[in-house]
Amino acid sequence: MSGEALRVEGVHKSFGKLEVLRGIDLVLAEHEVVCLIGASGSGKSTLLRCVNLLEPIASGRIVVGGEEITARGVDVDVVRRGIGIVFQSFNLFPHMTVLENVTLAPRKARGLSRSEADTDATRLLERFGLADKRDEYPDRLSGGQQQRVAIARALAMEPQLLLLDEVTSALDPELVAEVLDVIRELAAGGMTMLIATHEMGFARDVAHRVCFLDAGRILEEGPPEQLFGVPREERTQQFLQRIVAAGRL
Amino acid sequence: MTVVVVIVTRSPGWGAFKAYFLDGEIYRDSFPEILDAFWLNVKLFLTAELFILPAALFVAVLRSLPGPVFFPLRALAIVYADLFRGIPTILVISILGFGMPALGLSWVPISQFFWAVVALVLVYTAYVSEVYRSGIESVHPSQAAAARSLGLTHGQALRFVVLPQAVRRVIPPLLNDFIGLQKDTALVGTLGVVEAFKQAQIDQSATFNGTPYLVAATLFVAITIPLARFTDWLVARDRRRQQAGRLA
Repeated sequence: MSGEALRVEGVHKSFGKLEVLRGIDLVLAEHEVVCLIGASGSGKSTLLRCVNLLEPIASGRIVVGGEEITARGVDVDVVRRGIGIVFQSFNLFPHMTVLENVTLAPRKARGLSRSEADTDATRLLERFGLADKRDEYPDRLSGGQQQRVAIARALAMEPQLLLLDEVTSALDPELVAEVLDVIRELAAGGMTMLIATHEMGFARDVAHRVCFLDAGRILEEGPPEQLFGVPREERTQQFLQRIVAAGRL
Repeated sequence: MTVVVVIVTRSPGWGAFKAYFLDGEIYRDSFPEILDAFWLNVKLFLTAELFILPAALFVAVLRSLPGPVFFPLRALAIVYADLFRGIPTILVISILGFGMPALGLSWVPISQFFWAVVALVLVYTAYVSEVYRSGIESVHPSQAAAARSLGLTHGQALRFVVLPQAVRRVIPPLLNDFIGLQKDTALVGTLGVVEAFKQAQIDQSATFNGTPYLVAATLFVAITIPLARFTDWLVARDRRRQQAGRLA
């Protein structure tokens, strides 16, 4: 691992009176995969949306690839081109075919020609086993296929950092594996990823590091074998016990 | 329906009603004249609609601009929509149609057709902008978020992601307002411009018979019905294309 891909320092965020993030500090090295775990409402999704500048932060700073993206006067559109995000509910564009979904941003934001963008997108879709779906509309695809298209759409911008926000939570259980396999492949290829997830088994085997979020703070972090095996904090232990009791680990 | 027909045809005044509104000979005689005049209605609503559709979209987009910077523009759009939806169309037509040429300014057009179109555009742009706006607001914010997250600008997200979905959803209410516009072209007759309704009025005073009004009504309905079926077809085609998998 070489340089630093992401640095989050003292980030606070509130929605009205509700403090969702209460001082987050986090550093990702290039090619590192970090999983965020924690109960619903602990701030995982909000943190990802802040890193993508979809939510403004109240205080603190976020640095991506050496550039402070929360500084005044930063062009958010340029920043976002380098940071991909995939959402829980896919958010594909329903009026566009799979190919159009994947090529829209490369053409309009990166200025690729249609044929360049089509070639790149077709290669991505082939890699994810979606070549035969390129002219379909999203509504005709299964949830797992839609989510793989969404990942391809984010990757088509060739981001240096990929954020995944509970990307399997909206899927039927039998479709989860196909999406997780794609993410494992990306991890193996060296993609830097920050992943909010409820899939503990997946987190355990894909993450270099796992962070446990509780009430807007990173309460505990460490390598997966340590965090899942011998958690130090009582809150972490309680959370993991509930997960085990629910049969999810 | 049958009940209404029975009640009406059995009413004591049915004979007089029939003679006044349903005179076959007068219908045939006045039809060509009124049809001629009706082309003016067609010209009016086609010309007006040509301006209304883009202008209304522009007003709707102004209203959807985010942040305090754009407050004055948003406020302006709101005041405009409130004002022109509030004033009766016939007043706007009269004020512009009689008022503007009366100003006596050499650079102000005096054509009443021109001012009639302007009046219809002002009124219907206000209505149609509200239709577009409801369409824009019906597109879930996660769509714009997804577009922005890919690095598209606000304008690009609107242009390529939000508006195409919004416009598709509001095609039926857009058509509804288009039909309203077609009918309101009859109000232009108050300026003395001889369109279908005005021609019917002239024929009515000449014959002391109301049948010419029925001719005008027939013509308006004759273009509304195919338009309504066309919209149904458009909506159905779109649904088939996007949701075939889900419906199957």
